[in-house]
Amino acid sequence: MSTFEGLKTDGEAAWRNYMGDTKPLLQVGMGSCGVAAGAEEALAVLRREVTARNIPATVSITGCNGMCFAEPLVMVTREGRTVTYGEMTPERIPALVEEVLVRGGVWAEAALGVSGEEEWQGIRPLAETEFFRLQERRLMARCGVIDPENIEHNIALGGYAALHKALSGMTPETVIQEMNQSGLAGRGGANFPCGRKWDFLRQAKATPKYMICNADEGDPGAFVNRILLESDPHLVIEGILIGAYATGAEAAYIYLREEYPLAARRLRIALEQARARGLVGDNILGLGFKCNLELVVGAGSYVCGEETGLISSIQDSRGMPRIRPPFPAQAGVFGKPTNVNNVETYANAPLIIAHGGQWYASMGTERARGTKMFSISGHIVRTGVVEVPLGTPLRRIFEEAGGGVGNGRPLKAIQSGGPLSGFLTARHLDLPLEPQAFAPEGVLMGSGGLVFVDEGACLVDMVLRYLTFAQDESCARCTTCRIGTQRYVDILERITQGKGRPQDLDTFRWLEGVMRNGNCAHGQASPTAVISTLRHFPEEYEAHIREKCCPAGVCPLPAASPALTR
Amino acid sequence: MAKVTLTIDQKTVEAEPGDPLLEVAKKAGVYIPHLCYMDDLPSYGGCRLCAVEIEGVRGLPLACTTQVTDGMVVRTDTAPVRELQRGVMETILSEHPDRCLTCHRKIHCLPNWICLRDDVVTDRCVTCAKNQWCELQQVSEFLGMEGTGRFYEEGRSWYGAREEIPLERENPFIERDYNKCILCARCVRVCDEVRGVGAISVTYKGDKARIDTPFGIPLHETNCELCGACVDVCPTASLMDKTTKWAGLPDKLVSTICPYCGTGCQLLLHVKGERIVRVSADAEGAVNKGQACVKGRYGLDFVHHPERLTTPLIRDNGAFREASWDEALDLVASRLGDYRGEEFAAIASSKCTNEDCYILQKFARVVMGSNNVDHCARL
Ligand SMILES: Cc1cc2nc3c(=O)[nH]c(=O)nc-3n(C[C@H](O)[C@H](O)[C@H](O)COP(=O)(O)O)c2cc1C
Ligand code: FES
Repeated sequence: MSTFEGLKTDGEAAWRNYMGDTKPLLQVGMGSCGVAAGAEEALAVLRREVTARNIPATVSITGCNGMCFAEPLVMVTREGRTVTYGEMTPERIPALVEEVLVRGGVWAEAALGVSGEEEWQGIRPLAETEFFRLQERRLMARCGVIDPENIEHNIALGGYAALHKALSGMTPETVIQEMNQSGLAGRGGANFPCGRKWDFLRQAKATPKYMICNADEGDPGAFVNRILLESDPHLVIEGILIGAYATGAEAAYIYLREEYPLAARRLRIALEQARARGLVGDNILGLGFKCNLELVVGAGSYVCGEETGLISSIQDSRGMPRIRPPFPAQAGVFGKPTNVNNVETYANAPLIIAHGGQWYASMGTERARGTKMFSISGHIVRTGVVEVPLGTPLRRIFEEAGGGVGNGRPLKAIQSGGPLSGFLTARHLDLPLEPQAFAPEGVLMGSGGLVFVDEGACLVDMVLRYLTFAQDESCARCTTCRIGTQRYVDILERITQGKGRPQDLDTFRWLEGVMRNGNCAHGQASPTAVISTLRHFPEEYEAHIREKCCPAGVCPLPAASPALTR
Repeated sequence: MAKVTLTIDQKTVEAEPGDPLLEVAKKAGVYIPHLCYMDDLPSYGGCRLCAVEIEGVRGLPLACTTQVTDGMVVRTDTAPVRELQRGVMETILSEHPDRCLTCHRKIHCLPNWICLRDDVVTDRCVTCAKNQWCELQQVSEFLGMEGTGRFYEEGRSWYGAREEIPLERENPFIERDYNKCILCARCVRVCDEVRGVGAISVTYKGDKARIDTPFGIPLHETNCELCGACVDVCPTASLMDKTTKWAGLPDKLVSTICPYCGTGCQLLLHVKGERIVRVSADAEGAVNKGQACVKGRYGLDFVHHPERLTTPLIRDNGAFREASWDEALDLVASRLGDYRGEEFAAIASSKCTNEDCYILQKFARVVMGSNNVDHCARL
């Protein structure tokens, strides 16, 4: 049985050796985003070049640091400074090797920035770049820094210290106290206070109790959980274990969506390494705490992200959200008390335990504490993942981190929070990123996806796509959801074909009222995309229905009203 | 546990705490429209019809998933409740051949008439085998769905270009027509939770969701026992007895005991004129509680077989002649007198009850002095 001190010493030694003060270290960013951009080939070419030329250098991998727009990334560390190079496609790797390894300098044109706070060899610090300067990296501190397949790196940079602190010096109650004090709210979309939820489970009488990590991340446009799981899986595992300790859960599951094969691989490796070191299992860190952690991979259904649907799926049942009561804290997986939290919610726990609830609460706003990761995509210059204090204006994310639309067209809409949420307009750019600010606009902030849409898009067409998704993913329990979404699709389809009728808009509102009566949030909230656009973009519907035209020219209709062009 | 007292539409009702409100209301004679709830089974909450108003509870909660508590004040017949129920029903009907249900002239039509007002004569209630004993129809009538039709011509709804689902009629007893299915999942639940068979399930999701067997194979190739429990609970014409689908409504129902085995299941014979047109399991039956097996349900057609024996036959000079029971039994008794002990053996039929079998062995041992007693079920 290894003690934490032993693990820490081993980890630090391994990390020092890895960073090597004699040999340069080259890490290829191997998140799914990197792999999609050719990181695997880039890595192969890099290995080949280094071996063929017999260059003394360590070639390794890392996760994604959020700069998905510049993938594949290669991080080159020398003399303790790490320079990040962007767009290192296989073709450009030989040039990189030539510049930084053979000549021993830097490749200034391809460099995105350097680690640390000062300029180095003419390269500015990454932290000062537009993409980074508004960020506050806590959850993502190790993303794109460590090799995510190596537990020692995580431990060397502070991993599992919070777990050790909780197990060796805190009672479950004090852990929950810290969580309550931090003000951390669930990051999966519902924004429920995490500490209170843990307390429900702690107070449940039946045993065994279960901890479940919701890694289903089904919202199109959201990929914050994936970045964490692929880049620093141990942070999430540590958070789950802290939660299990606080609530008295003996077993935990990570429910991962099937569409994340790389995250599954990283989690399997991470769990194996954690088990081998006594960080997961019967007597964790020799401190008498038992928690077994298992990975369950889903089969591809959006509603399996809904906590009771997820529980059914873990039990090998049809992934159908259940009827409440009973709530999961009373009877969840296998009929036993269960707590479900999002990946990012758990990932916050080690930070809170390590630094204290008060420290955590000092970041963010009065009503929304801490930092939050956002995945930004759509019509922007820089697609990627950022971590910012809650309350950061949407505009800073769009203009600074995202770099604006960049194609000359103005911004038209912002879709946050996925298909159960709605659309905001460019007028809303000054909203602070906190759930409470979004709600009055009829939109959810959601789990972290922000999709920016420029004037080239037709919102009726987009809403049709969202409703088609909602329709396709209805679990078919509630008639209102299963059939209601179909009717939305029918009518929207008709509108995009120029066959809309003025009373369709009434039908939309009426049907929303019927669907509110559904069992889970999927059925209740699917109409939000329609209702929010009726509110914020009425002119789009008017154009399609009354003028029979599609101003954006997306639908098979004339771009301007036939009446006007006549 | 102590009973709770609640008020439903001004009626004071006593109930066990935790009972589903829908069931409590039903027992108190208050009808709450529903299409997915089944007595004594966990609520499914799928049809979303059973909304009610409860004082102090937000929105319109479902009666089937609400457990009664002391002092609850429930109203089932308010304008918001009915408006929502009609809205839900309108949504359900948009996926069902619904012209009759929403036709303002439907009171003029008699069973099996051909619609005079419309050219589409198939797929309407008057040509549906379930006409007048269909739960969906009853709920439509209760809620007054005539004249509604918001989704009348929508693309995927029934009158649009919806693809017809082929009927499954490969087994001799149960016919499945999912064009009429509203996915209440009663069949799935009765098969799984009551029969313990689980031959069918809700498959796929969204608009492709369908009740089906594994991989869509015919019912009789699954572990289905063809007990027909699913047919009994289907609120539409999706699941019907194949042989008697078109037999129409019975004149009367006759409760009887199944002749097949010693279990003694209570059956309801649906009798029309002199014929049994359908057999269902009697919910009042103490031993079977509304369940039957394939034999009792689908095997009683022998009753009307021309070659069925209706009196005992006695062989006289190599030829059978009809006889009365008294004559036949007297003959047996007189002839048995010639045998004793090892010469005699008794074999009982598995159609006999335990009591009958007991009497037979007693007779064999005490009267005939033989231990040669056996039963056909042992073979
Ligand atoms: C249709 C639907 C899909 C959902 N998908 C997810 C998901 O992919 N990931 C997630 O964390 N929560 C998802 N949720 C929210 C969960 O039900 C639940 O609120 C969440 O996991 C709780 O974790 P938190 O308190 O940490 O946010 C979904 C909810 C619904 C209704
Ligand atoms: S009976 Fe309550 S939802 Fe169907």
